[in-house]
Amino acid sequence: MKKFFAQTYLWLLLAMLYAPILIIAIFSFTEAKVLGNWTGFSTKLYTSLFSGGVHHSLLTAIENTFIIAIISAAVSTLLGSIAAIGIFNLHHKKKMVMNTLNNIPMLNPDIITGISLFLLFVSLGITQGYTTVVLAHITFCTPYVVLCVMPRLQQMNPNIYEAALDLGATPMQALRKVLIPELKPGMISGFILAFTLSIDDFAVTIFTIGTEGLETLSTYIYADARKGGLTPELRPLSTIIFATVLLLLIVINIRSARNKKQSNA
Amino acid sequence: MKDSNFIIELNHISKRFGDKVVLDDVSLFVKKGEFVTILGPSGCGKTTLLRILAGFGTASEGEIRIAGEQMTDIPPHLRPVNTVFQRYALFPHLNVYDNIAFGLKLKKVKADEIDMRVRRALKMVGMTDYEWRDVNSLSGGQQQRVAIARAIINQPQVLLLDEPLAALDLKMRKDMQMELKQMHKELGITFVYVTHDQEEALTLSDTIVVMSEGRVQQIGTPIDIYNEPSNAFVADFIGESNILNGTMIKDKAVSFLGHEFECVDKGFGENTPVDVVIRPEDIYIMARTDSGMFNGVVQSCIFKGVHYEMTVNTAEGYEIMIQDYNAFEAGQEVSMIIKPSDIHVMKKERLCNSFDGVMVDSTHVEILGASFVCAEQADIEGGEKVKVEVAFEKIELMDNKDDGVVEGDVRFILYKGDHYHLTIRTENGDNLYVNTCDVWDDRDIVGIKIQPEDLKITKA
Amino acid sequence: MNWLVKTFSRRHNWSIPYLIFLLIFVVLPMILIVYYAFHDADGNMTLRNFTKFISNAEAANTFVYSIGIAIITTLLCILLGYPAAYILSNSELCRSKVMVVLFILPMWINILVRTLATVALFDFLSLPLGEGALIFGMVYNFLPFMIYPIYNTMQKMDHSYIEAAQDLGASPMKVFTKVMVPLSMPGVMSGVMMVFMPTISTFAIAELLTMNNIKLFGTTIQENINNGMWNYGAALSLIMLVIIFATNLFSDEDDTSTTNEGGII
Repeated sequence: MKKFFAQTYLWLLLAMLYAPILIIAIFSFTEAKVLGNWTGFSTKLYTSLFSGGVHHSLLTAIENTFIIAIISAAVSTLLGSIAAIGIFNLHHKKKMVMNTLNNIPMLNPDIITGISLFLLFVSLGITQGYTTVVLAHITFCTPYVVLCVMPRLQQMNPNIYEAALDLGATPMQALRKVLIPELKPGMISGFILAFTLSIDDFAVTIFTIGTEGLETLSTYIYADARKGGLTPELRPLSTIIFATVLLLLIVINIRSARNKKQSNA
Repeated sequence: MKDSNFIIELNHISKRFGDKVVLDDVSLFVKKGEFVTILGPSGCGKTTLLRILAGFGTASEGEIRIAGEQMTDIPPHLRPVNTVFQRYALFPHLNVYDNIAFGLKLKKVKADEIDMRVRRALKMVGMTDYEWRDVNSLSGGQQQRVAIARAIINQPQVLLLDEPLAALDLKMRKDMQMELKQMHKELGITFVYVTHDQEEALTLSDTIVVMSEGRVQQIGTPIDIYNEPSNAFVADFIGESNILNGTMIKDKAVSFLGHEFECVDKGFGENTPVDVVIRPEDIYIMARTDSGMFNGVVQSCIFKGVHYEMTVNTAEGYEIMIQDYNAFEAGQEVSMIIKPSDIHVMKKERLCNSFDGVMVDSTHVEILGASFVCAEQADIEGGEKVKVEVAFEKIELMDNKDDGVVEGDVRFILYKGDHYHLTIRTENGDNLYVNTCDVWDDRDIVGIKIQPEDLKITKA
Repeated sequence: MNWLVKTFSRRHNWSIPYLIFLLIFVVLPMILIVYYAFHDADGNMTLRNFTKFISNAEAANTFVYSIGIAIITTLLCILLGYPAAYILSNSELCRSKVMVVLFILPMWINILVRTLATVALFDFLSLPLGEGALIFGMVYNFLPFMIYPIYNTMQKMDHSYIEAAQDLGASPMKVFTKVMVPLSMPGVMSGVMMVFMPTISTFAIAELLTMNNIKLFGTTIQENINNGMWNYGAALSLIMLVIIFATNLFSDEDDTSTTNEGGII
């Protein structure tokens, strides 16, 4: 009985959480301009999204979003992994300082991160555009990469790097042949996480994107929504984004579950 | 020194982490082909010493030579030593073969030679046919063998072993000890072995280096160290001992347990306080007779396999441990005899605590990083440096750390027959020595208090 | 070159590149916020930005209103989220890990998409947009951020505490109030941080949910920055930072890493 109530409660909450998304997903398969009108099943919105039948700028925005995400995720992964190894080997006080600094971008609300970077770029006289968005994304993605790599380092036998040196490897060889293979799972999870965060970001992007006409998906949706209407093509787009995120998360989860199993073995 | 026959020369090595002294002026010379064990409790600096030898850490002071070559600043990958790590440190992403071949591949040795040498190394550690196994699928003992094979395949001049058997169970450990000894004989290279297990050290080594608190306490053969411990710490750490306070009356006469005994030691002077060590198997126990040297009542008697271990309360109120093949039941009245040659007399390392301090004002002195109230010092100004002495008995330990002026934890416990002699490490890393009848456990956190009149202050 | 090799042969020095990065892109920007907040547009030191905020009824009202909305949202999230987290972490009531993932998934969808979905839902049900929609939207957006940390704490809780309480004669009710609730407090606190903070700091969300009728503090900041009032915007950001810092102290929870880890379950 108790279990029944508990389950019902959970499902009700889930219904509330998913109702909006489901409605969007359902109405992405119909042609009606206004959401809520079902005018029969159609995939026209999907085809028009990709055929360029819609605004050219939407496609450009999608392209920009992905390029920015790939660059930021790659740089964050590199920077974050090296940093994680460094932080892991620091001693008490310095380690605490680095961890605190690393936490700031995660604790700060996006708007603060956005505004502070905006002020940095205008103070330094840097024209805002692609580069600034990428730099901003690296700023808030790297801490998460550090957090993904750190547990691998903690689980790792602390002596294996030294064992490599002991057997005649130079520090570079030890890094390449021992440390990186060991940290790879964490680095991949970090990359995926950074990629997702970058695609998802709105608040930081809008402050660092400048006025040169560069658009990402988020800023496009925002501009579109402010104009009052929801471009119908956003419905299939949201559905696709939702499905992609779902897929990526499943991948991350399976990976982390597998890692856990491995490290327990 | 270049042509000396020492393979390892450590000259006055000290290591500090911040203010903490981990190694204090350690010097050690190891002959080629020797099996040397560095023995000590955890935190005594033995692993740090090994890491400095391997090159993973640098010494704050001192000089290291291996095979006559200056090694002080040489990075680990250029040293002619290889290490077997405590928790094996096998590379989890490589199989057994690639783990063992790791060093040779880095040296770009030809594939067929690598193949031959890996097989030979595997044979040596008794792991033939395991080449292609995943290292994670091996048992602890097997991983240990692979770790040893991985190290010896590089033909190092010195093999360093950092508690290699600590993670194995007792039976496995005994077998591996024998194999290590065998391997040492076959390879003919120098082994430097670190352990906290005194039995392991006694079984394996040609030479034992006993360390405590970052300092070498004694270096000698297993037999020397067991029979002639140089101080109370070594006596307590190696084998079991009764360690008692005594007084050297004159040459060849010492008093302890409330009696005067004949002994073989001399040269301590007259009426000098000393530590007396007697191994429990060196006390002869018999039913109460008049010919015993002192009498007591058996408190407890436990069968230990070969012998019985008995606790005896002497008539004078001391508690001593005795091992004998004959059992005496608890409550039985007994008499004891000790032969002069079984009485080991050692100079006391210290007679009281002594600290460097600074007067704060006429009634406060700063020692151990805190201000203590002291009796009024008329002739010493505030700010002046002073020497402060406190008797072992006069330091009070409080259960609640906040009740004391400073806080510390119990590092070393020595039972001295009628009281405990504790070493307390304060938060600042200073050592205090305390005599107490209260029972404390290792690593207990205590508050430390000293009555004003017990602080003996003199100008420095 | 030689000193470079020597420096990086010590692994703790690998944190140096990231330290430099953090100093430029995290610490310096934060300092800039403070600098701009206490200067006027001509670079003169001033407190005018703050006096302007206090004397300006509209901005101050928005500020108070935002805090009010944030408190309501946070309370509603605790009310709805705590039981959900309890059920999810209780193996007798909910055995499936999939449920947990389902609750966490929406966290990863673009906040704008989620908000637009809420707008769509209200449209679909022909409910008016306004304060009700705002609160619903906020709760909908941030509920997963409350459930996840609480669930996490409860999940990691040593089950033997509960058994010990039962063993000592506590009734199920007492077990819940005397053991479960106090032990899950850290989770609730980080949940509060993760809900309260974004609620006062988000912008764009409120506009979309209320057809531009209600403004929250985040929007005010964004508008000022957009309109070139950098100094005033920076001052408002600083005020927000102070509030967040205060909540942080109040919740006394520095262990945010538990809620931000890469692995989702």
